Amino acid sequence: MAIEIHPLDQFAVKPLVPLHWGSLDFSFTNSALFMCGAVAATSALVILGSWRRDMVPGRWQSLAEMSYEFIANMIDENIGGPEGKKYFPFIFSLFMFVLFGNLFGMVPYAFTFTSHIIVTFAMAIVIFIGVTIIGIWHHGFHFLTLFVPKGVPKALLLLLVPIELLSYLIRPFTLSIRLFANMLAGHTMLAIFAAFVISMGLLGVIPLTVDIALIFLELLVAVLQAYVFAILTSLYLRDAIHLH
Amino acid sequence: MGENDPGESLKELGERLDRARRAQHPVRSPQAAGTNDALAKGWRVSIELLAAVAVGGFVGWAVDKGLGTRPWGMIIFFVLGIAAGMWNVYRAVTGLGRAVGFRRDPGDANAAGDWDEDED
Repeated sequence: MAIEIHPLDQFAVKPLVPLHWGSLDFSFTNSALFMCGAVAATSALVILGSWRRDMVPGRWQSLAEMSYEFIANMIDENIGGPEGKKYFPFIFSLFMFVLFGNLFGMVPYAFTFTSHIIVTFAMAIVIFIGVTIIGIWHHGFHFLTLFVPKGVPKALLLLLVPIELLSYLIRPFTLSIRLFANMLAGHTMLAIFAAFVISMGLLGVIPLTVDIALIFLELLVAVLQAYVFAILTSLYLRDAIHLH
Repeated sequence: MGENDPGESLKELGERLDRARRAQHPVRSPQAAGTNDALAKGWRVSIELLAAVAVGGFVGWAVDKGLGTRPWGMIIFFVLGIAAGMWNVYRAVTGLGRAVGFRRDPGDANAAGDWDEDED
Protein backbone atom coordinates (compact mmCIF):
# COMPACT_ATOMS: atom_id res chain seq x y z
CA MET A 1 0.00 0.00 0.00
CA ALA A 2 1.37 3.33 -0.97
CA ILE A 3 0.99 6.22 1.39
CA GLU A 4 1.59 9.60 -0.12
CA ILE A 5 4.07 11.65 1.83
CA HIS A 6 3.96 15.41 1.51
CA PRO A 7 6.47 16.70 4.04
CA LEU A 8 6.52 20.15 2.42
CA ASP A 9 2.76 20.74 2.48
CA GLN A 10 3.05 22.27 5.92
CA PHE A 11 4.87 25.26 4.44
CA ALA A 12 2.13 26.21 2.01
CA VAL A 13 0.96 29.78 2.38
CA LYS A 14 -2.81 29.84 2.15
CA PRO A 15 -4.87 33.00 1.85
CA LEU A 16 -7.48 33.17 4.58
CA VAL A 17 -9.06 36.48 3.66
CA PRO A 18 -8.50 37.18 -0.06
CA LEU A 19 -7.67 40.81 -0.69
CA HIS A 20 -6.63 42.04 -4.10
CA TRP A 21 -5.82 45.54 -5.16
CA GLY A 22 -5.12 45.82 -8.84
CA SER A 23 -2.58 43.14 -9.66
CA LEU A 24 -1.28 43.12 -6.09
CA ASP A 25 -2.20 40.39 -3.65
CA PHE A 26 -2.70 41.67 -0.11
CA SER A 27 -4.51 38.56 1.11
CA PHE A 28 -4.43 37.87 4.81
CA THR A 29 -2.67 34.49 4.87
CA ASN A 30 -2.00 31.85 7.49
CA SER A 31 1.53 33.27 7.60
CA ALA A 32 0.18 36.71 8.45
CA LEU A 33 -2.15 35.19 11.01
CA PHE A 34 0.72 33.56 12.88
CA MET A 35 2.78 36.75 12.70
CA CYS A 36 -0.12 38.59 14.31
CA GLY A 37 -0.22 35.78 16.85
CA ALA A 38 3.47 36.26 17.65
CA VAL A 39 2.99 40.00 18.07
CA ALA A 40 -0.09 39.47 20.23
CA ALA A 41 1.69 36.87 22.38
CA THR A 42 4.70 39.13 22.89
CA SER A 43 2.49 42.08 23.79
CA ALA A 44 0.40 39.94 26.11
CA LEU A 45 3.47 38.57 27.87
CA VAL A 46 5.01 41.98 28.45
CA ILE A 47 1.79 43.87 29.28
CA LEU A 48 0.27 41.20 31.52
CA GLY A 49 3.67 40.44 33.02
CA SER A 50 4.15 44.01 34.15
CA TRP A 51 0.53 44.48 35.22
CA ARG A 52 0.79 43.67 38.91
CA ARG A 53 4.40 44.60 39.68
CA ASP A 54 4.67 42.38 42.73
CA MET A 55 7.73 42.42 44.88
CA VAL A 56 7.80 38.65 44.58
CA PRO A 57 6.98 38.04 40.92
CA GLY A 58 4.37 35.52 39.94
CA ARG A 59 4.79 33.18 36.99
CA TRP A 60 3.95 35.65 34.25
CA GLN A 61 5.85 38.49 35.80
CA SER A 62 8.86 36.20 36.23
CA LEU A 63 8.73 35.18 32.61
CA ALA A 64 8.46 38.77 31.41
CA GLU A 65 11.27 39.91 33.70
CA MET A 66 13.48 37.00 32.68
CA SER A 67 13.12 37.72 29.00
CA TYR A 68 13.72 41.42 29.63
CA GLU A 69 16.86 40.74 31.62
CA PHE A 70 18.08 38.16 29.14
CA ILE A 71 18.03 40.63 26.27
CA ALA A 72 19.20 43.54 28.43
CA ASN A 73 22.25 41.54 29.48
CA MET A 74 22.93 40.41 25.95
CA ILE A 75 22.91 44.01 24.73
CA ASP A 76 25.01 45.14 27.66
CA GLU A 77 27.64 42.52 26.92
CA ASN A 78 27.67 42.97 23.17
CA ILE A 79 27.00 46.64 22.53
CA GLY A 80 27.32 48.10 25.99
CA GLY A 81 26.83 51.53 27.45
CA PRO A 82 24.04 54.00 26.87
CA GLU A 83 24.42 53.52 23.12
CA GLY A 84 23.30 49.92 23.46
CA LYS A 85 20.29 50.80 25.61
CA LYS A 86 18.80 52.73 22.71
CA TYR A 87 18.49 49.57 20.67
CA PHE A 88 16.91 47.48 23.41
CA PRO A 89 13.30 47.88 22.17
CA PHE A 90 14.26 46.84 18.66
CA ILE A 91 16.30 43.79 19.62
CA PHE A 92 13.79 42.71 22.26
CA SER A 93 10.90 42.88 19.78
CA LEU A 94 12.95 41.08 17.17
CA PHE A 95 13.91 38.30 19.57
CA MET A 96 10.38 37.79 20.87
CA PHE A 97 8.90 37.85 17.36
CA VAL A 98 11.30 35.20 16.08
CA LEU A 99 11.04 33.18 19.29
CA PHE A 100 7.24 33.06 19.22
CA GLY A 101 7.29 32.39 15.50
CA ASN A 102 9.55 29.39 16.08
CA LEU A 103 7.67 28.14 19.12
CA PHE A 104 4.20 28.49 17.58
CA GLY A 105 5.53 26.42 14.71
CA MET A 106 6.05 23.56 17.14
CA VAL A 107 2.32 23.29 17.79
CA PRO A 108 0.83 20.58 15.54
CA TYR A 109 -1.02 22.01 12.51
CA ALA A 110 0.52 25.41 13.13
CA PHE A 111 2.32 27.36 10.47
CA THR A 112 5.96 28.36 10.97
CA PHE A 113 6.47 31.74 9.32
CA THR A 114 10.21 31.70 10.13
CA SER A 115 10.57 28.75 7.75
CA HIS A 116 10.05 31.10 4.82
CA ILE A 117 13.15 32.71 3.38
CA ILE A 118 11.24 35.82 2.35
CA VAL A 119 10.20 36.46 5.95
CA THR A 120 13.66 35.98 7.43
CA PHE A 121 15.31 37.83 4.55
CA ALA A 122 12.97 40.79 4.97
CA MET A 123 14.00 41.02 8.61
CA ALA A 124 17.68 40.55 7.79
CA ILE A 125 17.76 43.16 5.03
CA VAL A 126 16.04 45.71 7.28
CA ILE A 127 18.67 45.01 9.95
CA PHE A 128 21.48 45.21 7.39
CA ILE A 129 20.35 48.52 5.91
CA GLY A 130 19.57 49.93 9.34
CA VAL A 131 22.97 48.93 10.74
CA THR A 132 24.75 50.45 7.75
CA ILE A 133 22.85 53.72 8.14
CA ILE A 134 23.56 53.79 11.88
CA GLY A 135 27.25 53.18 11.19
CA ILE A 136 27.45 56.00 8.65
CA TRP A 137 25.43 58.27 10.91
CA HIS A 138 27.85 57.66 13.80
CA HIS A 139 31.12 57.78 11.92
CA GLY A 140 30.44 59.36 8.57
CA PHE A 141 33.11 58.61 5.99
CA HIS A 142 35.23 56.99 8.70
CA PHE A 143 32.80 54.06 8.67
CA LEU A 144 34.60 52.71 5.62
CA THR A 145 37.65 51.84 7.76
CA LEU A 146 35.55 48.88 8.84
CA PHE A 147 36.66 47.23 5.62
CA VAL A 148 40.38 47.86 6.13
CA PRO A 149 41.96 45.20 8.33
CA LYS A 150 44.67 46.52 10.61
CA GLY A 151 48.33 45.55 10.31
CA VAL A 152 48.13 44.31 6.75
CA PRO A 153 50.72 45.25 4.07
CA LYS A 154 49.43 47.91 1.67
CA ALA A 155 49.74 45.68 -1.40
CA LEU A 156 47.46 43.07 0.15
CA LEU A 157 44.77 45.66 0.88
CA LEU A 158 43.94 45.73 -2.79
CA LEU A 159 42.79 42.14 -2.45
CA LEU A 160 41.53 42.21 1.12
CA VAL A 161 39.25 45.23 0.96
CA PRO A 162 37.00 43.69 -1.74
CA ILE A 163 36.91 40.46 0.25
CA GLU A 164 35.96 42.33 3.42
CA LEU A 165 33.34 44.24 1.50
CA LEU A 166 31.87 40.99 0.21
CA SER A 167 31.92 39.50 3.71
CA TYR A 168 29.90 42.49 4.80
CA LEU A 169 27.42 42.16 1.95
CA ILE A 170 26.93 38.48 2.79
CA ARG A 171 25.59 39.25 6.26
CA PRO A 172 21.89 39.58 5.45
CA PHE A 173 22.05 36.32 3.50
CA THR A 174 23.77 34.24 6.17
CA LEU A 175 21.54 35.78 8.84
CA SER A 176 18.35 34.92 6.99
CA ILE A 177 19.42 31.56 5.55
CA ARG A 178 20.56 30.31 8.96
CA LEU A 179 17.16 30.82 10.57
CA PHE A 180 15.12 29.75 7.56
CA ALA A 181 17.18 26.62 6.82
CA ASN A 182 17.14 25.46 10.42
CA MET A 183 13.38 25.78 10.68
CA LEU A 184 12.69 24.31 7.25
CA ALA A 185 14.98 21.31 7.76
CA GLY A 186 13.70 20.59 11.25
CA HIS A 187 10.04 20.68 10.32
CA THR A 188 10.56 18.67 7.15
CA MET A 189 12.42 16.02 9.14
CA LEU A 190 9.59 15.84 11.69
CA ALA A 191 7.03 15.40 8.92
CA ILE A 192 9.02 12.67 7.16
CA PHE A 193 9.47 10.64 10.31
CA ALA A 194 5.81 11.16 11.17
CA ALA A 195 4.88 9.70 7.77
CA PHE A 196 7.07 6.66 8.49
CA VAL A 197 5.16 6.06 11.72
CA ILE A 198 2.02 5.33 9.69
CA SER A 199 3.58 3.49 6.77
CA MET A 200 5.70 1.13 8.88
CA GLY A 201 2.80 -0.32 10.86
CA LEU A 202 3.90 -1.93 14.12
CA LEU A 203 7.54 -1.06 13.49
CA GLY A 204 6.37 2.54 13.43
CA VAL A 205 7.32 2.69 17.09
CA ILE A 206 10.90 3.29 15.97
CA PRO A 207 10.29 6.46 13.94
CA LEU A 208 7.84 7.55 16.62
CA THR A 209 10.63 7.45 19.20
CA VAL A 210 12.87 9.37 16.83
CA ASP A 211 10.14 11.94 16.29
CA ILE A 212 9.66 12.49 20.00
CA ALA A 213 13.39 13.05 20.39
CA LEU A 214 13.36 15.36 17.38
CA ILE A 215 10.60 17.47 18.89
CA PHE A 216 12.78 18.20 21.88
CA LEU A 217 15.71 18.97 19.60
CA GLU A 218 13.48 21.28 17.57
CA LEU A 219 12.31 23.10 20.69
CA LEU A 220 15.96 23.69 21.52
CA VAL A 221 16.69 24.85 17.97
CA ALA A 222 13.67 27.17 18.06
CA VAL A 223 14.98 29.00 21.11
CA LEU A 224 18.62 28.84 20.02
CA GLN A 225 17.94 30.28 16.58
CA ALA A 226 15.92 33.16 18.02
CA TYR A 227 18.83 33.82 20.35
CA VAL A 228 21.38 33.64 17.53
CA PHE A 229 19.31 35.99 15.38
CA ALA A 230 19.17 38.52 18.20
CA ILE A 231 22.81 38.20 19.23
CA LEU A 232 24.04 38.57 15.65
CA THR A 233 21.92 41.68 15.25
CA SER A 234 23.46 43.17 18.36
CA LEU A 235 26.96 42.20 17.21
CA TYR A 236 26.35 43.93 13.88
CA LEU A 237 25.12 46.99 15.75
CA ARG A 238 28.23 46.89 17.91
CA ASP A 239 30.40 46.89 14.78
CA ALA A 240 28.53 49.88 13.41
CA ILE A 241 28.67 51.86 16.65
CA HIS A 242 32.17 51.07 17.85
CA LEU A 243 33.89 50.06 14.59
CA HIS A 244 35.32 47.16 16.66
CA MET B 1 7.92 46.96 57.49
CA GLY B 2 8.13 43.57 59.08
CA GLU B 3 5.93 42.26 56.28
CA ASN B 4 8.14 43.74 53.62
CA ASP B 5 11.36 42.24 54.84
CA PRO B 6 10.82 38.63 53.80
CA GLY B 7 9.67 39.83 50.39
CA GLU B 8 12.74 41.97 50.02
CA SER B 9 15.10 39.19 50.96
CA LEU B 10 13.29 36.76 48.68
CA LYS B 11 13.72 39.14 45.78
CA GLU B 12 17.36 39.52 46.65
CA LEU B 13 17.72 35.77 46.74
CA GLY B 14 16.03 35.56 43.36
CA GLU B 15 18.41 38.10 41.95
CA ARG B 16 21.40 36.26 43.35
CA LEU B 17 20.10 33.02 41.88
CA ASP B 18 19.62 34.67 38.50
CA ARG B 19 23.12 36.09 38.59
CA ALA B 20 24.57 32.73 39.51
CA ARG B 21 22.62 31.07 36.73
CA ARG B 22 23.78 33.61 34.21
CA ALA B 23 27.36 33.18 35.32
CA GLN B 24 26.99 29.48 34.70
CA HIS B 25 25.47 29.91 31.30
CA PRO B 26 28.68 29.82 29.20
CA VAL B 27 29.52 26.45 30.70
CA ARG B 28 26.98 24.39 28.86
CA SER B 29 25.59 21.20 30.25
CA PRO B 30 27.34 18.11 28.89
CA GLN B 31 24.22 16.62 27.32
CA ALA B 32 23.57 19.78 25.31
CA ALA B 33 27.08 19.63 23.86
CA GLY B 34 28.19 16.91 21.48
CA THR B 35 26.16 16.05 18.41
CA ASN B 36 24.05 19.17 18.59
CA ASP B 37 27.09 21.41 18.59
CA ALA B 38 28.63 19.54 15.70
CA LEU B 39 25.37 19.94 13.80
CA ALA B 40 25.27 23.66 14.54
CA LYS B 41 28.87 24.09 13.45
CA GLY B 42 28.20 22.19 10.26
CA TRP B 43 25.23 24.42 9.51
CA ARG B 44 27.28 27.50 10.14
CA VAL B 45 30.21 26.50 7.94
CA SER B 46 28.09 25.32 5.02
CA ILE B 47 25.83 28.38 5.04
CA GLU B 48 28.79 30.71 5.32
CA LEU B 49 30.53 29.10 2.35
CA LEU B 50 27.45 28.80 0.12
CA ALA B 51 26.15 32.29 0.79
CA ALA B 52 29.53 33.85 0.10
CA VAL B 53 29.88 32.15 -3.28
CA ALA B 54 26.29 32.95 -4.21
CA VAL B 55 26.56 36.60 -3.24
CA GLY B 56 29.94 36.91 -4.97
CA GLY B 57 28.49 35.45 -8.13
CA PHE B 58 25.46 37.71 -7.95
CA VAL B 59 27.55 40.85 -7.43
CA GLY B 60 29.71 39.84 -10.39
CA TRP B 61 26.65 39.30 -12.54
CA ALA B 62 25.23 42.68 -11.50
CA VAL B 63 28.53 44.43 -12.23
CA ASP B 64 28.67 42.82 -15.67
CA LYS B 65 25.11 43.82 -16.39
CA GLY B 66 25.72 47.38 -15.27
CA LEU B 67 29.10 47.98 -16.89
CA GLY B 68 28.94 45.53 -19.77
CA THR B 69 32.21 43.89 -18.75
CA ARG B 70 31.04 40.33 -19.31
CA PRO B 71 32.58 37.94 -18.28
CA TRP B 72 35.25 39.64 -16.15
CA GLY B 73 33.08 40.88 -13.27
CA MET B 74 31.59 37.45 -12.82
CA ILE B 75 34.98 35.75 -12.85
CA ILE B 76 36.58 38.19 -10.41
CA PHE B 77 33.71 38.43 -7.94
CA PHE B 78 33.02 34.72 -8.03
CA VAL B 79 36.62 34.06 -6.98
CA LEU B 80 36.43 36.85 -4.40
CA GLY B 81 33.24 35.29 -3.08
CA ILE B 82 34.98 31.97 -2.63
CA ALA B 83 37.82 33.75 -0.85
CA ALA B 84 35.44 35.63 1.42
CA GLY B 85 33.57 32.42 2.20
CA MET B 86 36.78 30.57 3.03
CA TRP B 87 37.90 33.44 5.18
CA ASN B 88 34.63 33.59 7.06
CA VAL B 89 34.75 29.85 7.65
CA TYR B 90 38.33 30.14 8.88
CA ARG B 91 37.30 32.92 11.25
CA ALA B 92 34.29 31.01 12.48
CA VAL B 93 36.28 27.83 13.13
CA THR B 94 39.32 29.43 14.73
CA GLY B 95 37.20 31.86 16.73
CA LEU B 96 39.02 34.90 15.36
CA GLY B 97 35.70 36.69 15.37
CA ARG B 98 32.74 36.68 13.08
CA ALA B 99 33.08 40.25 12.07
CA VAL B 100 34.35 42.01 9.02
CA GLY B 101 37.93 42.93 9.85
CA PHE B 102 39.34 41.47 13.00
CA ARG B 103 40.32 44.30 15.24
CA ARG B 104 38.87 42.76 18.33
CA ASP B 105 40.28 43.54 21.75
CA PRO B 106 40.70 40.33 23.71
CA GLY B 107 38.59 41.74 26.54
CA ASP B 108 35.26 41.29 24.81
CA ALA B 109 36.16 38.12 22.96
CA ASN B 110 34.15 36.25 25.55
CA ALA B 111 30.67 37.16 24.46
CA ALA B 112 31.23 36.69 20.77
CA GLY B 113 33.74 33.88 21.16
CA ASP B 114 31.21 31.87 23.07
CA TRP B 115 28.85 32.07 20.15
CA ASP B 116 31.54 31.38 17.63
CA GLU B 117 32.67 28.26 19.34
CA ASP B 118 29.60 26.35 20.15
CA GLU B 119 26.45 27.84 18.80
CA ASP B 120 24.85 28.63 15.56
